Amino acid sequence: MKLLRCPHIGPRPVSEFTYGGEAVAERDPETCDDSAWADHVFNVNGEPGIRREWWHHGPSGIWFILDRDTRTDTVVRILDREEVTGG
Amino acid sequence: MPYRLVKQALRKNKPDPRFFMTPADLKPSYDVVIIGGGGHGLACAYYLARDHGITNVAVLEQGYIGGGNTGRNTTIVRSNYLTPEGVKFYDESLHLFQDLSEDLDLNLFYSTRGHFTLAHSDSAMRTMRWRAEVNKHYGIESELWSRDDVSRSVPFMDMDCGGQQPVLGALYHAPGAVVRHDAVAWGYGRGASDRGIEIHQKTQVRGIRIAGDQVEGVDTDRGFIACKKVVSCVAGSTPRITDMVGLRTPIDIRPLQACVSEPLKPFLDKIIVSASLHVYVSQSSRGELVMGASVDGAPLHSTRSTFDFVEDLADKMLDLFPFLGGVKIVRQWAGMADMTPDFAPIMGITPVRGFYLDAGWGSWGFKATPVSGKTMAYTVANDDDHELIEPFRLSRFAEYALVGEKGAASVGH
Repeated sequence: MKLLRCPHIGPRPVSEFTYGGEAVAERDPETCDDSAWADHVFNVNGEPGIRREWWHHGPSGIWFILDRDTRTDTVVRILDREEVTGG
Repeated sequence: MPYRLVKQALRKNKPDPRFFMTPADLKPSYDVVIIGGGGHGLACAYYLARDHGITNVAVLEQGYIGGGNTGRNTTIVRSNYLTPEGVKFYDESLHLFQDLSEDLDLNLFYSTRGHFTLAHSDSAMRTMRWRAEVNKHYGIESELWSRDDVSRSVPFMDMDCGGQQPVLGALYHAPGAVVRHDAVAWGYGRGASDRGIEIHQKTQVRGIRIAGDQVEGVDTDRGFIACKKVVSCVAGSTPRITDMVGLRTPIDIRPLQACVSEPLKPFLDKIIVSASLHVYVSQSSRGELVMGASVDGAPLHSTRSTFDFVEDLADKMLDLFPFLGGVKIVRQWAGMADMTPDFAPIMGITPVRGFYLDAGWGSWGFKATPVSGKTMAYTVANDDDHELIEPFRLSRFAEYALVGEKGAASVGH
């Protein structure tokens, strides 16, 4: 079984985790025009490479962000909580 | 035919029949370059030549023809989709498939089986009823069958699925069929080549040159080719190509895995799909069970196949057919699927003039091979979307006019 390191409780089977989409900066729907909002909602950076993604650990209910190589399915780095929340 | 057979038998040197010959060199320019020599690309080439008389065309394939998703799917053809746009489109494809062996003068082993989509819950029954009504409205044979009728038609199936998720009924689609996928690619390839189109294998596209907003040519690992029209038929690699022309799309790549069992005596003449169990199965003419599941949970640009997939699929298969317990899996593989947010393809003209997209084929591409080829050829020849693919245009996302095919696309999405 492939393992993924949960940032809080360490390595766990990958089946406990769910992919939650590409991690991109949020846009303000009040100031965003329709085409920019469509781009934000639908379009992705789909080409192969290292991508920043949301993942969810089911048993502990924790969302976190990691950098993953989408060519080899290897996790390059798991972001620290401070990095995501800005302290 | 018997005369040819006798001649072949008496001949001392028996040359291998070639499906097509490829010229050694690329020409400096073509009218149209098609990227991707799978079923879709070769079908597009074939219809460009046959229906529109455009033959100064090169099909560029980085591997060998039919070696991508054309050779990795589970060969099912059906048209019982959910949206009117999808139903009309896939039904045209099914009709083209029915005549295709004759059209291409090649036996594609097209085998009409009947297709069950099992419902294990009230909400699934509701979706099946909805699909049946939409289908019937467009003249497609599609109806809701009761649990007892399904049981009589597939007597070997455990209708209680081990007691966990009993089958309540099913959507039955009589024209559902299987067809040899390699033969489809090779048949279209030969048909295109016979009409003067060049197929270049082991030729990779490295870049696409644009002047202003007009395509000027493609850079390949064998040099530059000038052309005003480029068609991308590379499902599974689409983001790499759209990146070359600076187009953003919602396409994300997920692996879709499948496997076959050792050959068994024929016992299953129907195609069985269960959305709740995330599994589909048919028995090939060689006796193998051809089985697939839903796409992997996260994006990946790789054709690796996993033990987790086989383990999960075997678990579900045993719910349906408990007597398969001792049967061995002999091959497993994966294809890279272009997933879209609304489970419909992305086709037609783009903001880049001369760049045409045939993409977003997720897990529903093989059955659309003939119709995509035909409509893309029309689109390229007329520089305007064919009416059947107009709802699948790239700009539908910016217009918030999605097609919403999720309820009918393969399994378990």
